[in-house]
Parts: sequence; structure tokens; C-alpha cells
Amino acid sequence: MATFVVRRLIASIFIFLAATYLMYQLTALSGDPLEDLRTSTAPNKAQLIEARTALLHLDVPPYLRYFIWIAGIGKCFIGQCDLGVTVQNQPVTVLLAQAAGSTLQLVTISNIVAIILGLIIGITTALRQYSGYDYGVTFMAFLFFSLPIFWVAVLLKQFGAIGFNDFLQNPQIAGWIAPVLAVISGLVWMSIVPGKLRRKVITFAIAALATGAVIVYMDASDWFSTPHIGIVGVVITAIGVAFAVTAVSTGLKRRRALYASLTVAAVGIALYFPFMYGFSYGMQLWGFVLLAVLTIGVSFGIGWLWGGPDKLPVARTAAITGFIVAAVIALDRFMYVWNQYATSGQIKGRPIATIGSATPNLDASFWVHGVDLFTHLILPTIALILISFASYTRYSRASLLEVMNQDYIRTARAKGLTERTVVVRHAFRNALIPIATIVAFDIGGLIGGAVITERVFGWVGMGQLFQKGLDHVDPNPVMAFFLVTGSLAIIFNLIADLVYAGLDPRIRVS
Amino acid sequence: MSTIPPPVEQPGHHEPGITDQENSIEGKEVAGLSQGQIVRKRFFRHKGALAAMVLLSFIILLAFTSVGTQFGSWKTGGWWPYTWNLSVAIENGGRPSLSLFPFTIGSHPFGQDEVGRDIFAVVMRGTQQSLQIMVIVGLVATFIGTVVGAISGYYRGFTDSVLMRFTDVIITIPVIVIGAVLGRKFGVAGVVPLALILGSVLWTGLARLVRGEFLSLREREFVDAARVAGARDRRIIFRHILPNAIGVIIVNSTLLMASAILIETALSYLGYGVRAPDTSLGKIISDNQTAFATRPWLFWWPGLFIIAIALCVNFIGDGLRDAFDPRQRRMPTERNLARAHRAAGSDQPLDTPTDGGDLDSAAAFVSSRGAGMQAGGSGARTFYADKPRDEDRPAPKRDDE
Repeated sequence: MATFVVRRLIASIFIFLAATYLMYQLTALSGDPLEDLRTSTAPNKAQLIEARTALLHLDVPPYLRYFIWIAGIGKCFIGQCDLGVTVQNQPVTVLLAQAAGSTLQLVTISNIVAIILGLIIGITTALRQYSGYDYGVTFMAFLFFSLPIFWVAVLLKQFGAIGFNDFLQNPQIAGWIAPVLAVISGLVWMSIVPGKLRRKVITFAIAALATGAVIVYMDASDWFSTPHIGIVGVVITAIGVAFAVTAVSTGLKRRRALYASLTVAAVGIALYFPFMYGFSYGMQLWGFVLLAVLTIGVSFGIGWLWGGPDKLPVARTAAITGFIVAAVIALDRFMYVWNQYATSGQIKGRPIATIGSATPNLDASFWVHGVDLFTHLILPTIALILISFASYTRYSRASLLEVMNQDYIRTARAKGLTERTVVVRHAFRNALIPIATIVAFDIGGLIGGAVITERVFGWVGMGQLFQKGLDHVDPNPVMAFFLVTGSLAIIFNLIADLVYAGLDPRIRVS
Repeated sequence: MSTIPPPVEQPGHHEPGITDQENSIEGKEVAGLSQGQIVRKRFFRHKGALAAMVLLSFIILLAFTSVGTQFGSWKTGGWWPYTWNLSVAIENGGRPSLSLFPFTIGSHPFGQDEVGRDIFAVVMRGTQQSLQIMVIVGLVATFIGTVVGAISGYYRGFTDSVLMRFTDVIITIPVIVIGAVLGRKFGVAGVVPLALILGSVLWTGLARLVRGEFLSLREREFVDAARVAGARDRRIIFRHILPNAIGVIIVNSTLLMASAILIETALSYLGYGVRAPDTSLGKIISDNQTAFATRPWLFWWPGLFIIAIALCVNFIGDGLRDAFDPRQRRMPTERNLARAHRAAGSDQPLDTPTDGGDLDSAAAFVSSRGAGMQAGGSGARTFYADKPRDEDRPAPKRDDE
């Protein structure tokens, strides 16, 4: 294993050097960096040209200038990274640090959501293969593959931001919307839930009624101006989550797991009021993270205490339940400040942002900042998700179908295991192996692809760094961009291989 | 030399999930047909792919006949009264005259832009350019990818290492980035150079897939037989192995074309693709995105054509995948199954076949690369959902080494 890793690592370093060299040459040769000065009419033209030549080492030919750049990278090992300067004589290192933050934020969040959604939908479609749901999702996936992201982004800006903000001015849901959405939701659930006609009809009725009721409630309680889950919503969700997580994680027959989950849910509900109106004030980011870790730890402990002979699955179930319940409560806390945020002087009732990654100079609490982040992230995230999520559904569907066709699944069924055990324990885990490698690799490439999204939504991120650099034929910012995308791609490629080797015992790396 | 397994019943041998009845249904259908005939038959059974093909043909015809076309010095006129760079008086505020009820086309079905150009003509020109790029990219990338993959998969060893490390280098650079850098320099020269450039960076995924295919096919008996019969390497590669890998190649180059069209539009959108005075679908959207509130038709039509073309090509790829995959069996209708069931007089449970397999995962891979280039940049790796990747592991010792 060690030799394998070392060998891959050495190969990766050479690939990195070759790729950066190629990239540097291509950028440097893509145009004339002095073009704007040559055509200028400034009296001190010659001086300006000379100054820029000296600044960017233009007197050194590109195939050698690369080594000046790589020497600056080499200084990173002694703690003094030097990525050169831009045409405007700004140090790229500083620019990169600013840009990388906002881009990483966007890419990380959208990728996490896309993975979770893609996995869930891909796996359910594989389990319900050839159903209306499966065909529907397959068609949607093809459609999403075919969508130009910049086109989607403009539509999102128009309807998701401007349209929704207009709607928020006077949030009245038109009378025909509730029944239409109710029927749609009924049809969707009907195609997901298996069974004969009778069961389908019941599913349709329940889903349609529930959707209709929620919409009518939202309209009646002016939900869009003052969004909330409320204690009633939290209680219902918490108990539902406890049952659902237990059913998937250990099966409802495992009573101890169910009781542990319900206990965790009860603790969450009991802490609702103290949290909402008590210790959530004055919260900082570190406190929030600490609280999240604490929640998982305490839930895990409760599960452990309930445990019985086989503690770990019970504790795991309780921890997952605890995390989700806490997330719901935190969501409610964010919603609680929504109105305060939306009506504040800087927002003026148009909360969903079309441009930028944060409201400048917003002086507010942690929770309001969270909402601000959400309103800025929501549209670019949707745009990015639509596309990567489509491929994840296809991967996970193909992967699970392949596994479900294996002999050991038949064996598992033949020896009388429940469907849940067969799917979750035998099939799902094995299906995850190839998906894990794909995901690891995709993360490496995501930043490069965010260039277009960033441009449409006016984010000052890595995409802008790249584009501005390229427009000025300035290799330094372009290379800074590539330094991050390229090394992430290589690192995650390496991780993908290691993950694969680690997860799949059939692969022996010697 | 068929990739379709013999449809005859072999006692004691069943593919998982396939019952005798289904085998006999399948067997009757393909008996006495060549591989080409089987593939064609299966392809035409895929309704979505067929519809996509009809729609795509219609779009191609419409685009190339309406406003006329130009290849080098050879020029034809079209039947549409306006061209893409002709400004005429604005009628009706530039609004589209197309309406469905009652059906009228009017003088400017897709509307006009602020200087009076007919948007139908502009979109048709953009479609032409995008289609041309799609085809050229498909051809170039398929050619390079196949040759690189075939050589490294067949010869293995040092050649393989060199070629695959080179592929790794290209893969490391996100497609949109290398496309932008090269497009900035060569995009000015026109559509064909741009397409050649894109083709020369998009082959990497296909090369890895073809290599994997060659690695496994070269160990098969028919290759040994050919070698024993005295065939030279070139003949073995092109006459014996390549036809067996043709399914993977065709399916993936189709899907590659779908991603090529998205990449071209994205580059043109960023301003590194097709330049003025010429136009492309991405450029139309880029030029007009701020006008969405006032003139949304400038924005709807090019977008719809991009989606229509990409969706059609994706569906054709899907149909080809179904047609080429020997493991892909048509799911017999319940009635057919019941009939076969009665005829066989057996009481075996009816099991439904599943699809998936190499081509399915490969298809997922390539389509997602098209998307991945937008959302995810370099996301390219030879990926079989069901198989561990060969290239990153030490090759198992084989007898001939």
C-alpha cells in the first residue's frame, strides 16, 4: 500500500508540473500582454511598456519565465508563497486568498447538496426501476445534462430572484395554485410508492391532501413574510425523523433503536424554547459548530445508553436523528430572523440576491448573516446543483442496479433477510464504492466549472481571477486559479484511488 | 465476430435475472441477423431515440436551408428573406409574430433585436455554427481518443504509461479553462479552428474508455487466433479488436458531441468562442442576457435550440447504448411474458431483466462530463460503475509477460 501511494504521489507531482507548464505556455502565448499599451497614445508610452516588462518579466521568454513562477511556488515550502503580481501590480497571493474563500463556499455547499439529493434520487429510482418515477427522473436527468448553465442562471435570476421578490411584496398565493400543486405532488408520490391500484389511490389522496393543507396554511398564516416551523412543526418533524431514520438505519423491529431515536427527538423538543429564545442569542460561528458537535455526541451517548447487546447501530441511529432534529431547530432559528433581515434597511424587502456573494457592510447577528449567506447562495447553488445532481443520479442508479443484480443479493434474499437489510446493508454499501470515487474526483474539478456560474451571478471569486487574467494575457492570476483547480483535481484523483482501494477488498495494491 | 452472445439456450447457463422465456423471446428476434441488423432493429425500437433523430434532422434541415450556408468560398442562399446580419425596420416593437392559435408565422416569427435583425435568421445561423462545431469536435475527439486508447491498451507497458500520463496531464486542466485559453487565441479565426481545438482537448475520457476495452479484449481467444494466423499488430487492432469495441466508441462519441455543443456555447458566452460578426447560440444569449426583462424572446429561442439539440443527441446516444449493449434486453411486456410462460408450461417465477452495465455507466460518465464541464470542469475519468479501474492498479501478472 505504501509503495502504491508513494508511486502515485510521485506520478502526481510530475503530472502537476507538466500540466502547469503546459498551462503557463498556453496562457503566455495566447496574446500580447502589451497590446493595450502599444495602441495607447500616452506620452510616456515607452516608459509604461518598459515598466510592465520589468514587472512581469516579459523580457524572459515564456518557456523560461515559467521557472520564475514555479520558484515562487517553491517558496511555499519555506512559508513565503509568491504567486507573482498582476498587471496592476497587486500580489496574486492576496487576491487568491480573497477569491478562493467565496468560490470554495459556493462549490462546497452546492456539491454536498447535489451528492445527497443525487444519491437519494438515484437509489430510489434504481429500486423502483421502470416505474413512472424512474422514467420521469431519467428524462429530467437528460434534460438537465442538456441545459446550458448560463441560460438556467439567467432564468433563475429572472424568476427565482426578481419574480420571487415581487411576490414577497404581497405574498398572496393565487387560488388555482394549491389544487394544482396538490395534484402534482399526489401524482409524484403515487409513482414513487409501489403497490396495487388501491394503495396508489390512497397514496395519491394522502399526498395531495397534505400538500394542499400545507399550502393553504402557508397562505393563511402569511408564511412567506414570517416563515417559521414552530413548536408544532418541530414536534411533528422530530417524531417523523425518529421513525424514518430508525426504519432505514436499523429497522423498526429494533425497539431499542426506536426508543433511543424518540428520546433524542424528545430532548430536541424540550430544548426548543430554551434555544430559540435563550442561548441562541449572541451565538458565534465557533459556538454553532461546537453545538453541532455536542449534539451529535450527546445523541450518540443516548443511543449508547439505550444500546443493549449491539450498541453501535443504535448509537449511530440516535446520532443521525439528533443531527437532523437539531438542524430543523436551527433552520427555524434562521427563519425567525428572516423578517428582520428582509425588512432591514440594506435589503428593503428584496431578499433574494442576484449579484455578489454577501451584502456589503451588513452589521448583524450570526443568524442574520446566515440568512444573508443563504439568500446569496441559493440561486448559484441551484444552478450548479441541477447539473451535477443529474450525473449523480445516473451514477448511483447504474451502480445500485449493477449491485442488485449480483448473486450475493439473491443469496441474501434467499436466506430470508428483510428487504431493508438487503438494500441498505448488502446493496447500498457496495454501490457506494464506485460512487465514492466519482464524487472525490468531481470535487476536484468543480471549481473550474464554477467559472460560468460565478460570472453570471457576479461573484468575485476564482472565476473572475481567471477571466481577468486571461483577458490581460497575464499568466500569474490564471496560474493561481489553475494552481488551486489543478492541485485539487490531482489530490482528489489520488484520494479517489485510495478510497477505492480502501473500500473494495477485491483490489489489492501491493 | 459479434458482441452479441449466442442466443441459443445453453443448459445450465443463465445470465442473472434472465429467464428461459425471455431468452427464447430474445432468441427468436435476433436469429439469423447480423450485428448491424440487430443494432439497427434495437435502435429503432427506442421511441425516444427515434423521436430525437427525427427532431434533430428537422433542426439540421431548417438551420442549413433557411438562411443559406457558407463553406469557405462556396455559398448558397436560403429561402428565408432575411439574413443574420441584415437589419430591417422594426415591426411591432420587435415582438415575435409566431403564434399557435391561430397558427401564423408572420414576418419575424422569433422577433427582432434592438437593431432590427431577424432573430429567426440569427438563431438559424447560430444553430448552423453550433452543429458544425458539434460534428467536427465529435470526429476529431473520437479519432484521437480511439487511436490513443487503442495503442495504449494494446501495447501496454511503456507506451501505455507515456500515453496515459499525457492523458492525465490534459485531464487535470478543466475543459472550460483550456478551451478558454486556446479559444482566446484561435477563436478569432472562425468556427472550424475553434472546433478543432475543442476536439483536441475533449478526447481524454474516450481514450481511457477505449483503453479499458482494449485491455480486456486483447486477452480474448480470437486475438490469439489472429496472432497465430500471422496477423500483424495493425490488423489485429483495427480489424479484430476495434469492431468489438465499436459500441463503446459510438455511444461515447455521440454523448461527447452533446457535451461539445454545451462547451461551445459556454465558451462563446464567456467571449472566447465564436466572435462577431459571426454568431453562435451561446453568443446570442451572452449578447442579450441583460435584455431579458424587455425582450425575452432574444433569450428564449437560442436557449431552446441549445437544449433541443443537446437533448436529441443525448437521447440518440441513449438509444445507441441500448442497441449496442448485449446485456440490454428489451423488457418483454407482461402479456408476451405470460404467453411465453404458458407456452413453456413451466411455473418458474417471472423475473424482470435489468439494464445497466458497462455502456450504461460509460454513458453516465460521458454525459456527466458534458455537464461536468459546466459544473465540474475536469471531471473525467474512465469509470465503470461495476468494475474496478484497471489503469490505476498494478496489472495482474499475465502468462505472456
